[in-house]
Amino acid sequence: MLMNLFKFKGGVKPPTNKTQSVTLPIAAAPLPSRLVVPLHQSIGGMPRPVVQAGDKVLKGQLIGEADGWISAAVHAPTSGTVLEVAMHVQPHPSGLDSLCVVIEPDGRDEWIAHQPFDYANATPDEARNYLQQSGVVGLGGAVFPTHGKLTPSKTVPMAELVINGAECEPFITCDDLLMRERAEEVVRGIGVFRDLLQPQKVLIGIEDNKPEAAAAMRAAIQAVGEDFAVVQVPTLYPAGGAKQLIRVLTGKEVPAAKRSTDLGVQCFNVATAYTAWRAIAHGEPVVSRLVTVTGNVHAPRNYEVLIGTPMGELLKLAQPHPDTDGIVMGGPMMGFLVPSDQVAVVKATNCLIAHSERLFPPKAPEMPCIRCGACAEACPHELQPFEMYWFSRAKNFGKTQEYNIFDCIECGCCSFVCPSRIPLVQYFRFAKSEIWAREREKNAADQAKARFEFKQLREEREKAEKAEKLAKAAAAQAAKKAAEAAAAAAAPAKAQPASGEAPPTPNATVAPEKDAKRATIEAAMARAKAQREAVQPKNVDALTPEQQQAAAEIEARRVAAHLIEPEPATPASEKTE
Amino acid sequence: MFAPAPFLLKDVSVSQVMIQVCVALIPGIAAYAWLVGPAILVQLVIATLAALLAEAVMLRLQKKPLAIFLSDGSAIVTAWLIALTFPPLAPWWLVATGTVFAIVVAKHLYGGLGQNPFNPAMVAFAVCIVAFPALMSQWPSIGLELPFVDQVNVILGLAPRVDALSGATPLDAMKTALKLGDGTVNVASLLVNQDIYGNFAGRGWEWVAAGYLLGGLWLWQRKLITWHVPVAFIGALLVISGALWLYQPAQFASPLFHLFSGGSMIGAFFIATDPVSGCTTPRGKLIFGAGAGLLAYIIRVFGGYPDGVAFAVLLMNLSAPVIDLLTQPRIFGMKDKA
Repeated sequence: MLMNLFKFKGGVKPPTNKTQSVTLPIAAAPLPSRLVVPLHQSIGGMPRPVVQAGDKVLKGQLIGEADGWISAAVHAPTSGTVLEVAMHVQPHPSGLDSLCVVIEPDGRDEWIAHQPFDYANATPDEARNYLQQSGVVGLGGAVFPTHGKLTPSKTVPMAELVINGAECEPFITCDDLLMRERAEEVVRGIGVFRDLLQPQKVLIGIEDNKPEAAAAMRAAIQAVGEDFAVVQVPTLYPAGGAKQLIRVLTGKEVPAAKRSTDLGVQCFNVATAYTAWRAIAHGEPVVSRLVTVTGNVHAPRNYEVLIGTPMGELLKLAQPHPDTDGIVMGGPMMGFLVPSDQVAVVKATNCLIAHSERLFPPKAPEMPCIRCGACAEACPHELQPFEMYWFSRAKNFGKTQEYNIFDCIECGCCSFVCPSRIPLVQYFRFAKSEIWAREREKNAADQAKARFEFKQLREEREKAEKAEKLAKAAAAQAAKKAAEAAAAAAAPAKAQPASGEAPPTPNATVAPEKDAKRATIEAAMARAKAQREAVQPKNVDALTPEQQQAAAEIEARRVAAHLIEPEPATPASEKTE
Repeated sequence: MFAPAPFLLKDVSVSQVMIQVCVALIPGIAAYAWLVGPAILVQLVIATLAALLAEAVMLRLQKKPLAIFLSDGSAIVTAWLIALTFPPLAPWWLVATGTVFAIVVAKHLYGGLGQNPFNPAMVAFAVCIVAFPALMSQWPSIGLELPFVDQVNVILGLAPRVDALSGATPLDAMKTALKLGDGTVNVASLLVNQDIYGNFAGRGWEWVAAGYLLGGLWLWQRKLITWHVPVAFIGALLVISGALWLYQPAQFASPLFHLFSGGSMIGAFFIATDPVSGCTTPRGKLIFGAGAGLLAYIIRVFGGYPDGVAFAVLLMNLSAPVIDLLTQPRIFGMKDKA
């Protein structure tokens, strides 16, 4: 099919190193000695464990329940016994621990009773819910829960559904092999996504260095009777980035601040479509995935691997060379060295590369930036990496945001081309995490401030209410007293109507009473005043000597101008001491 | 073990970049040595030694690793540009002073590699032409057939600076002739009657400029420079010189003359393209190049200096940060926004 392709700016062409791992078909990795299944394997809420140590589980049994809409369920990858639900190190550069379900396989690999999902009679909501319960997440690496991306925009009609089979990262071939060997199930899975999103057309993008995969997909589409278009896109890293592939196939550019559905387009990885179909047609939740095992190994190959398999055990299958000194998860452009060979394969693990200095020579020392602009030329998001670098280095994070640091997809093109060997992406990650940390701090401070202000408001209100109550009570008392006094005054007047003198007695009895009350009021007022004074001069506390000097000078001028009387109090400098 | 991605890196380095710039200068240098005199080779050596020495001292003072920074080649590029823009028979200490000033003041006092706001070679040229105007204006006269040994002796101060040394550049000679000539002198007759102008722009010099053009095109082909600055520089120079030439051909030399004389070609491809002191955005580079070309013409034709490229580049260096700020390109996904 002839199609007008679009280009994205930038991009690089690292050596692809893909041929090593495509010579052999996909093999099933043997059952490992134990499985460490992290509960948090997708973007969003951390699934809650629903098993505990000692439980017997069957393959495909729910072990982690999705928490909220953006979250996906986690299942037991094989049958066996739960040894513990405990913290274990994660496949993440931080090396932090997270909650995992550790399962000792019983070797039978026995499935729970499972049956196909009645997809034909299900509503879209039921289908989305089913995919969430089956743990279907984006297997391209971002592991976003798939059901969350299967709702079309209410305002923008869905024009294109883009299926990502580009696989642009060097070394990785798991999508290539999946399309070659299991194209039909991929196509049927795409059909499910198509039904839920109702796009006008479906475009499957595959880099033109994978002709076998493209041919297999075309054949499967024909066999299934679909009208999806397989488009071979130029091999240019990062053509497999979702935004880049959308750009190449549709000409649309999705900015960082928008969802792709707002532009009438959505993108899924081919492996995601495959797992969605396995779930729907066979009732199999996501308990395994294809992983390319390559790099400094004797026998690079793609394996179907149970989630939770320790990476070290998996790597052994490919016979790593003795100088292997680490495991890279992901590709050489965006992957990272895992903190230990005990970390488990997760849904995001598309590739393990045995690391050695022979394969990836240590980097030359970092030189100053010469502003050559090679990074800007290479940036697929048309950013100015060297400007962001200057500002990240200077910790001027506001400026990095002005240069759109959050549009950076961390693809590594800038670092790849930099003649000064500056690890630019590291600087950007640093700047981003600092900005996030500061925003969190600011939010916390704002909340504290709001809380404090509310407390002050409440205290003032209570004080005012109390004062009002007291005033009312006092007024009532006074009125009562006045009435009594009036009554008392009226009685002698009645008794001595003939007398001309005013009787002194009532006054004499009332006056001491009034004096006592006045004294109490005055004492209270004095207390209040003292309190006010104690509180008020806060803004002249803790002044710097310069400020005190300035204040003193202003005071002196005001005195000189006869605006105020000279203050007899101690000088400001002594006040604070 | 900590090593951040990407694990694959392109085989590039600062020294590779600088070495390629030096290689690109070789056609121009060859034409220079062949047609103007081999003395330029001596000047290149003097400038290189002075630059490396000054660089080493400055690096030592700042406690920076000598081996890494001396081998980055940036000082050598600066040195060569200085040698190629100074008069070829200038005394050794003039070239050395200019080079040391460029490395010490224009480069390292501003923070070293990548930090200098001004092109160090052009700072050296500007400083020396202001401080030593006579020496900086003494170009070998046409017909000077001095043996190589004598040329070296002149440079080293072992032989007297004879009158024959104190010629003017074709550019300077043209300006002076047109200024002094009381309307009777015109460009066409000057070009035809005087040997100094060679075929169209200056005997010998026009081929040196052609050599720089060749090297510059190679740099562009190697993607070490983009087309923006040279095209804008040459375009602006063509437009302004062409307009005035069409308006009064007797008083203004042709665009061809201006393109191939003085520092036009080395300026367009090697000096205005310096990424450290120039603009970095595509539109910024166009403005930078055009501004430098325009200013170079105005200064060399209407100003008091024999050529205007150095001051033009320095003035544009001054404006580069603002130009960059105002010409930031729209990023991916944000192009529709006004």
